[in-house]
Amino acid sequence: MKVFKLAASAAILAWASAAQAQTPLTMWYHGAGNEVESKIITQIITDFNASQSDWKVELQSFPQAAYNDSVVAGALAGNLPDILDVDGPNMPNWAWAGYLQPLQIDDSRIATFLPGTKGMWNGQLYSIGLWDAAVALVTRQSTLDELGLRAPTLDQPWTGDEFMAALDAAKAAGKWDYPLDLGMAWTGEWYPYAFSPFLQSFGGDIIDRSTYQTAEGALNGDAALAFGDWWQGLFQNGYAQATQDPADRDGGFAAGKYAFSWNGNWAALGALSAFDDTVFLPAPDFGTGAKIGAASWQFGVSASSKHPEGAAAFIEFALQDKYLADFSNGIGLIPASPTAAEMVDTYKAGGPLSVFVAYSASQGLVRPVTPGYVVQAKVFEKALADIANGADVAATLDAAVDEINADIGKNNGYGH
Amino acid sequence: MISADTQGLRLATRYAVLVLIALIFVFPLVFMVMSSLKPDQQLLQDSGSLRAFLPVGDISLDNYAAAFQRAPVWTFVFNSVLITGVTVVLSLVVCSAAGFAFVFVRWKGRETLLAILLATLILPFETIAIPLLLMAANLPWLGLDGISWGWMNSYRIQIVPFIADGLTVFLFVQYFKDLPGELIEAARVEGASWAQIYRKVVMPLSGPILATAAILKFLVMYNQYLWPLMVTQEEGYRPVMVGLQYFFQLNVAWGEVMAYLSLITVPVLAFYLYLQKSFIASIASTGVKG
Repeated sequence: MKVFKLAASAAILAWASAAQAQTPLTMWYHGAGNEVESKIITQIITDFNASQSDWKVELQSFPQAAYNDSVVAGALAGNLPDILDVDGPNMPNWAWAGYLQPLQIDDSRIATFLPGTKGMWNGQLYSIGLWDAAVALVTRQSTLDELGLRAPTLDQPWTGDEFMAALDAAKAAGKWDYPLDLGMAWTGEWYPYAFSPFLQSFGGDIIDRSTYQTAEGALNGDAALAFGDWWQGLFQNGYAQATQDPADRDGGFAAGKYAFSWNGNWAALGALSAFDDTVFLPAPDFGTGAKIGAASWQFGVSASSKHPEGAAAFIEFALQDKYLADFSNGIGLIPASPTAAEMVDTYKAGGPLSVFVAYSASQGLVRPVTPGYVVQAKVFEKALADIANGADVAATLDAAVDEINADIGKNNGYGH
Repeated sequence: MISADTQGLRLATRYAVLVLIALIFVFPLVFMVMSSLKPDQQLLQDSGSLRAFLPVGDISLDNYAAAFQRAPVWTFVFNSVLITGVTVVLSLVVCSAAGFAFVFVRWKGRETLLAILLATLILPFETIAIPLLLMAANLPWLGLDGISWGWMNSYRIQIVPFIADGLTVFLFVQYFKDLPGELIEAARVEGASWAQIYRKVVMPLSGPILATAAILKFLVMYNQYLWPLMVTQEEGYRPVMVGLQYFFQLNVAWGEVMAYLSLITVPVLAFYLYLQKSFIASIASTGVKG
């Protein structure tokens, strides 16, 4: 018994001294209030801290709605942590502003990751995501059959004309309140994430990506005007609502109010539980290829971190397939690697959501990779909301271009 | 000569109007509490009808249990009550003393300083938030473990910047100007010091303005969002309004939001009820005028 006690004491002392030797690494994460997400990230941290004796990650969680403001305030106060997560399209801004430093991890670890999960800025990797998100046109097979519509595929998505013909058919059927649910109840990042790919499919963009110095021609050229007219027509011709009750966004498709719903993979299981024959169709092609938004939340290392190698070691540890699968099972997002996708029933080959992996890989287009995106996204959102509510298309897009260009000028081109 | 019937009718009409006005003000609170007892689907269905104000359907405390599961509600409430309580008390002391000095004590430059102080009323907090943050991040603090730098993630950073403000000083100045000057003069003749006059003559007569200033300061402090968001990265120091953001995930659980709001409204209502009595008592005991 005495020997056992001595051994136990020695083990405890050894563990305690190892714990003391670990250098603390602070980490901020946006998942406060999300029990599932918090549980998974806590598990990863616990596993990492137990797996080695050099580093000990300490987590501070923030509510997502307040996260970006907290990081900006923390940066101003010189109080950033070692590790932080960042929404993909915001990453260039944070890198440009000096909040982040390039992420030093083994390239081979992320070679097979979905393109949208890699946060690249100025030719360097700054952040990496454990998952991506994708949007699809959600409907029912019975709806397609009833309206006599061809089921579009990744290789042969609907053309713009076919898409409008489908909406016309749904409208003529008179069975639904509206043919299309665009999710207008969701504001903020949903607008550029979900709707700018339509603009890009028309041939326009939020900004001219060849220089990132102007939106002239990209957001108010012929393609953009065609997009604007089409966008406004959706609402003026009764295909969709310009303003939507949030309850309809959450439950309208399941309640049979809409024939088609433009929605993300995070809502897919809900749609499947509402209707057995739910199908997720690829985005339509309006002329220059079908596009959907890419890039979700990603991990990076703060520029002020005194231990970037420790922070990178944690991020690399978190990239294990089992954690990617845990996040996917927990919050429904697409695992970043194909091997992790195979570990998730819903996303593995033949799984009910496996199409999202293919959509993300083939149609995913990251939002403009520029520090100015944070402003451009808000300008774009306002312009689209105004056009949906009847504003003159050309004048609204011209005004948006002026606002974006003025912001770029004020910031000396954002370092491009 | 007005008949008893006419008087009764007028009284009934007056009460009917008062009840109607009271209902308008009470409805949002009733909606909040009733909604906190319903599952989300029913809550949204009922929101377009009078059922929203009634405890009907699938009623339970599930939303409250879920709210406690989602966020450390008591921590947030404790933090807000502590920060608000300490700030209100210190503010009443500091601002009333400042008001006293501006009104009763003659000193050089007081008119100019008062004008500058009042000018700060037009400055929204947002304009000074960033400079204040930069200062706060570099302030020294003498704690048990010696001197440290930076006040981030503490209660004091949420209290100290709000102890003194132009509006509260202004309220005291205006109130003190209306107090009978003879009282102060009599006390001076009797040989009382300024501190004694402040403590034993002026403050006992200041019940109404203390209650008013306390209510206004309480509301401002309890509803703080931007500043605590900027200075508290640690969950243990966050107040209720930052905590509210925990409930706004992609799909908002409205029942939990209502349960949380119902819970955090309790301290506000309790404070009002307490001060309502103090307010009436203060007026009743202020029989000095005239």
